Amino acid sequence: MAQHQVNYASAAGLPIALTSVDKLVNWGRSNSLWPLTYGLACCAIEMMASGASRYDFDRMGTIFRASPRQADVMILAGTLSKKHSEFARRLYDQMTEPKWVISMGSCANTGGMFNTYATVQGVDRIIPVDIYLPGCAPRPETLQYAMMMLQKKIRRESANMNNNTKQNLRLV
Amino acid sequence: MRKYTPKDNVQKHSYYTDRFWVAPRVPREAVAEGSHFASVVEAIGTQAKECYIEVGQLVLQIESTENFAVLQTLKEQCGYTQCSEQSAVDYLAQDGEFELFYQLLNITEAKRVRVVCRIKEGEAIESVVPLFKSANFAEREIFDMFGIKVNNHPFLKRIIMPDDWEGHPLLKTYPMIGDEFASWYEVDKIFGKEYRDVIGPENRDQSRIDRYDTKRFSRVGYEVPFGADISEGEKENPIAYSETVLVDYTQESGKQLDERR
Ligand code: SF4
Repeated sequence: MAQHQVNYASAAGLPIALTSVDKLVNWGRSNSLWPLTYGLACCAIEMMASGASRYDFDRMGTIFRASPRQADVMILAGTLSKKHSEFARRLYDQMTEPKWVISMGSCANTGGMFNTYATVQGVDRIIPVDIYLPGCAPRPETLQYAMMMLQKKIRRESANMNNNTKQNLRLV
Repeated sequence: MRKYTPKDNVQKHSYYTDRFWVAPRVPREAVAEGSHFASVVEAIGTQAKECYIEVGQLVLQIESTENFAVLQTLKEQCGYTQCSEQSAVDYLAQDGEFELFYQLLNITEAKRVRVVCRIKEGEAIESVVPLFKSANFAEREIFDMFGIKVNNHPFLKRIIMPDDWEGHPLLKTYPMIGDEFASWYEVDKIFGKEYRDVIGPENRDQSRIDRYDTKRFSRVGYEVPFGADISEGEKENPIAYSETVLVDYTQESGKQLDERR
């Protein structure tokens, strides 16, 4: 965020900070990323650990929500089965714009070791993914890092999500 | 002279077969006189086509039409009050039949009985839900996984796979990575069939590398911009990976290190 030294005396006694709308909006968005609690398999354990006191996601403004209506980020943590894919997409559609997706773990990225008939081979087949997080399971630090990368990405973006189509391809 | 066998591509099929290999098999013992199982066999009577003991457990081979009567006898007369497992085995390729089995447990005697029967493809089996509540889900699973119909089941519907799934995945003829329906299931369901072209087929190759795909892969040793088209060959721009500063220890090296410290 652009900050300028303020001489309170010269600015009629008002504290003034100059910024642009994009930066202000993105500052707000990136520092209050509320993820949807969406644990699908063993990766969810690491996601829970990241939320708990030892790794403490709350200090980054990341507070897990139980409803897609209140969430900005969908952390797909685990194996997405074909039966469940429909619901994953529905939850994604229920989230309000702007929204981002983190695909956590090999299973969510590519289907992982489940090269079977019942596993979606990568959640990007049904949901546009912003950050792919490798590992089986990724450690909580990795998820924190992914969150920080997402914050960086958001800060780079335009506040108007319609301008972000190139970086943030949405399927439908 | 020995017949010549081509030696190229010997990896493709195994050419070594052990003529003396005998597949291990659990020994079948006769039911001992006067034991608990002898009374069970007596209660079942002629309904059992064959009975023997395998690893301390009585196995009863029965007709598939008599499954309800046999299980009722076992439950009401012999104290087998728990049906811990029930499933099927696909022997269609070998014998043209399914093998169905029921695992029963007598808690007071600490004894187990396996009731085995065989049915042909397309035949139905009688439900044992009135006897054992656990059979409800087990029979739905048999239906889901093998396509075996169960008569008089209260709610015969798929239990594991989605309701609109095609095929029965535990059949030996069902491919591990799914048939065409399975591979497009989520796309067809969420976006519709016309989106197959947009999304593309599944990538089942776990070690796929596409050196011309600069969005998902980066070439080791070359720095290529994200999404650049390198089908005509990339610009030579090798990266030096070693970040170690090579220090010439013969000349003033000690001094350099000291300064750095
Ligand atoms: S990536 Fe590994 S840890 Fe994560 S859901 Fe898949 S199997 Fe479990």
